[in-house]
Amino acid sequence: MIENRPIATFISHAVLIIGLLVVAFPVWVTIVAASYDSVRVLQVPLPLWPGDQFFVNLHSALTAGVGNAREQSVGLMLMNSFFMAMMITTGKIIISLLSAFAIVYFRFPFRMGFFWMIFITLMLPVEVRILPTFEVVANLGMLDTYWGLSVPLIASATATFMFRQVFLTIPDEMLEAARIDGAGPMRFFFDILLPLSRTNIAALFVILFIYGWNQYLWPLLVTTDKEMYTIVMGIKQMLEAAEESPEWHLIMMTTLLAMLPPVIVVVAMQKLFVKGLTETDK
Amino acid sequence: MLKRVHFGPSLLPYLLVSPQIIITLVFFIWPAGQAVYQSFLVEDAFGLSSEFVWIDNYIELFQDESYPNTFYRTVFFSFMVALVSMTGALVLAAMADRVIKGSLAYRTLLIWPYAVAPVVAGALWMFMFDPTLGVVAYFLDGFGYDWNHRTNGNEAMALIIFAAAWKQISYNFLFFLAAMHSVPRSLIEAAAIDGAGPFKRFWTIVFPLISPTTFFLLVINIVYAFFETFGIVHAVTKGGPGKDTEILVFKVYNDGFIGLDLGGSAAQSVILMAFVIVLTVVQFRYVEKKVEY
Repeated sequence: MIENRPIATFISHAVLIIGLLVVAFPVWVTIVAASYDSVRVLQVPLPLWPGDQFFVNLHSALTAGVGNAREQSVGLMLMNSFFMAMMITTGKIIISLLSAFAIVYFRFPFRMGFFWMIFITLMLPVEVRILPTFEVVANLGMLDTYWGLSVPLIASATATFMFRQVFLTIPDEMLEAARIDGAGPMRFFFDILLPLSRTNIAALFVILFIYGWNQYLWPLLVTTDKEMYTIVMGIKQMLEAAEESPEWHLIMMTTLLAMLPPVIVVVAMQKLFVKGLTETDK
Repeated sequence: MLKRVHFGPSLLPYLLVSPQIIITLVFFIWPAGQAVYQSFLVEDAFGLSSEFVWIDNYIELFQDESYPNTFYRTVFFSFMVALVSMTGALVLAAMADRVIKGSLAYRTLLIWPYAVAPVVAGALWMFMFDPTLGVVAYFLDGFGYDWNHRTNGNEAMALIIFAAAWKQISYNFLFFLAAMHSVPRSLIEAAAIDGAGPFKRFWTIVFPLISPTTFFLLVINIVYAFFETFGIVHAVTKGGPGKDTEILVFKVYNDGFIGLDLGGSAAQSVILMAFVIVLTVVQFRYVEKKVEY
């Protein structure tokens, strides 16, 4: 700081702390609600301090399930979400690495045509082509499978662009040296390009894992079988059931469980997260 | 864009791009083409026959009052989300830029809402504002304000705006903070020597210098509010009460999957596609070229 203004500094901290509290308040309420039994949660007002039923609720949500999705335990939904997120993430990274490699390091007919085709996907988010995409997936018999949940989402223009950017900064001498040493294209890819883009891959992994985990509309469309429900869409089923049997303590516990994995990823890998966010969205 | 040193033509590059291209063709370009095609068709109720009707679906869409209304509502919603979220983030970033101690800790504590799924954000806010159970609704009741977003359309709109803006605040905060860090220290020091206080310095130096970031964030926030808030609307209000919180993406889903009006839904999809294309072009043409000072 360029000058000493204790009052201004104090105000800065105060505003920040108030901001933090406002941002964290919804989650605090959730934690509190998840720590009481079903009777207490329905009494108004909810206390501002957690009760002692947290682990009881945790156990019952994880093993028994909630509301409409009763047959399915939250544990299973967490598994489904995890598989879907991992498939989307690794799928996007692999196919984007390969196509960026082809576009940057090879001269071949239709190279730019392919590049523009990938670019166009940026302009076609799932939300604007809901029905026809659903029909394609249905015709391919991919409804209610992990493939149907993940494959239609793994084409990625942003990831391809990011890897293209990374490859363009790698000095040409690398390829010349590799060639002199007799390395073929795939050898060059695995031994030089991959190790050099390790941190970018990790950063992208963080962003894409969150993207995959938080998918909602797509799983809602392609899954009808309760065995395939993901946790994020499971919450919606519970909210609907809440109108008849308001098990808010369990719903809030599930909500916590649904947000925990991506939040942990972001906080634990903050540096990579910030890097990924600023690099992919440029 | 192509390396000066590169590999010659062979089958390999085609193999390398093929997974991405096949997925793009099958799940993106083909369905988008289908949407355009279907938007010119009218199907009977059983899907047995369809008739080519040129642009009747579009005409019908605009003659029906609900579509333009949904459009204005979506624009209002998006701007409010951008405004609330960016203002909040700007204030917090300006403060975090000032403090020396604990800047990183504040950042850590502010970035996690980004990781929360929209539908989860919706569930959190819905519970807080639940007319019978919610803490905030109870609190408002204490002030004599009777909150009920299930019957009051304006309150329902406010609720989804808050939930959507809350989730986006981390993103805006990170970008504002990064932009502020890149403002040259010497400019601020010079202004301080000339006697400008922190407020004046912010408005006359920092804020103008970060305007490219502000514009970039505005575009990103609008895209977010248009397309990624489906989960919030679907969980919290389902477009209701009435149609007071029905936004465009929700209407596409609702007309297509629930109302089974395939032609109308497809026509809406095509209009949304055009909108995304315009926004993408804006983003790449104007945002990429960072304004230089």
